[in-house]
Amino acid sequence: MINFQKVSKVYPKGSVSLEDVTLSINPGEFVSVVGHSGAGKTTLIKLILAEERATSGEVFFENLNVGRLHNGELTKLRRKIGVVFQDFKLLPNKTAYENIAFAMESAGKTDEEIISSVPHVLELVDLAEKHANFPHQMSGGEKQRLAIARAIINEPELIIADEPTGNLDPVNTYEVVQILKKINDLGTTVILTTHNKGVVDSIGKRVITLEKGKLVRDSKEGKYVL
Amino acid sequence: MIWIDIKRIIRSGWTNFKRSVFVSIASVLVFTITLSVVTSLIFLQATLHNSLNQIKDKVDVTVYFTTKASEPEILSYKNSLEKLSEVENVSYTSAAQALQNFRDRHADDYLTIEALDELPDNPLGATLDIKAKDPTQYESIAKYLGANDALDTSGASLIYKVNYNQNKMVIDRLNSLIAGAQKLGFLVTLILVLISIMITFNTIRLTIHMAREEIGVMRLVGAANRYIRGPFMVEGIIYGVVASVLTMLIFLPVTIWLGSHMSAFLGLNLYHYYISNLFQILIILLGSGILLGAVSAFIATRSYLNK
Repeated sequence: MINFQKVSKVYPKGSVSLEDVTLSINPGEFVSVVGHSGAGKTTLIKLILAEERATSGEVFFENLNVGRLHNGELTKLRRKIGVVFQDFKLLPNKTAYENIAFAMESAGKTDEEIISSVPHVLELVDLAEKHANFPHQMSGGEKQRLAIARAIINEPELIIADEPTGNLDPVNTYEVVQILKKINDLGTTVILTTHNKGVVDSIGKRVITLEKGKLVRDSKEGKYVL
Repeated sequence: MIWIDIKRIIRSGWTNFKRSVFVSIASVLVFTITLSVVTSLIFLQATLHNSLNQIKDKVDVTVYFTTKASEPEILSYKNSLEKLSEVENVSYTSAAQALQNFRDRHADDYLTIEALDELPDNPLGATLDIKAKDPTQYESIAKYLGANDALDTSGASLIYKVNYNQNKMVIDRLNSLIAGAQKLGFLVTLILVLISIMITFNTIRLTIHMAREEIGVMRLVGAANRYIRGPFMVEGIIYGVVASVLTMLIFLPVTIWLGSHMSAFLGLNLYHYYISNLFQILIILLGSGILLGAVSAFIATRSYLNK
């Protein structure tokens, strides 16, 4: 599903963020990407989303060369990917309901579909009662659950969670990881970046370890080892 | 499909307008200032135009006929003048009327009236007052008068004199004054409008700059560019519409005051002018407000959408 072929990313002023990374991720996998801050985890994600372009090498999503997409194609790519961020990236002027509805509207869903799906997914992440709240009226855990709800509403083929538990306490962290596992069990590919050892060990699936931009370990049913 | 998009874009723009109250109030006020400048300039142009017309009206060329010229001869000459494309109208004053006017004008001047009474005949000839459509055209009318003298049957000239040459300096000066005033008025209008447009554009740019992270999030969620840009344009249009109505309301008491206190000075009752042109002014304000809001938002979002 995702292929990195000898991908390097060098930011201006010469700081190397990724160096010669080659890897592939198959549909239905749950992949944890671990490493210290600055190891290149977020850059890896940004390359998949085409938020950044590789300095050399190529990134493929299915058979699309992500680095070569135009604006319109990019929009279509992003609708196939649900993203969850450490800082949630919710729309501050929209309520919980509207944040999710916006993602559906962007994907061109009808009003009927929106009216029937949004309450359902809010229920799934246990936010049914907060549907009229704005993000600033919600706790960190609630915001992250809302972000997950938004990420899965359009039934994407891939969910990317970039440090989703970074700002959360252990209870909320556990809940978020459980939701991600459930999503994966239903067949969606999940990529999770984290530096939380407990999270990685509790999942017990494939672990990719990055160190200073290089891929140093790729193990099935791995543990968090640095 | 497209209707659903448009409906959603309008609803979203309206919701944003309602929710960000402070930003909306500030933007509407800036728009109102711009539109007030536009309205003031409309009034300024109207006043200037009106005063220039009044001055233009006071200029004419008078043809003085000899006392021998008969009324039919003068009237046929008047007819030929009226056929000229430069001529607005020609008014005829008979010799008797000219005498009466002279007596009225000098009614207190006992000596002059007495001297006049001594004369056996009316010493004054008839006159034709010629008004041009435009002050610059007096020259060509004067040329016509020079080339086409009015002659009696014996071939003697019936025209005693034409006062164009005496008025020439005044007319020339007035022409350059009018041209200058119009040029200056246009220049000032252009500069003020440009400045207001820049200020308004910058206000919109600031509000969109504040929302740049939101735009980034919308892009990540997979929203099409027009779907991100649309609500901002709708918001801009709402600013324009609200500001137009506000400006119209503000100018109502302003023109009432100007109409009752400044009409003599301005030579024009601005309140009457405002009321009789209410609809046109509203259209101008709505048009410029909507255009300004939509175009500003379109341009301001561009830099965040093409990254």
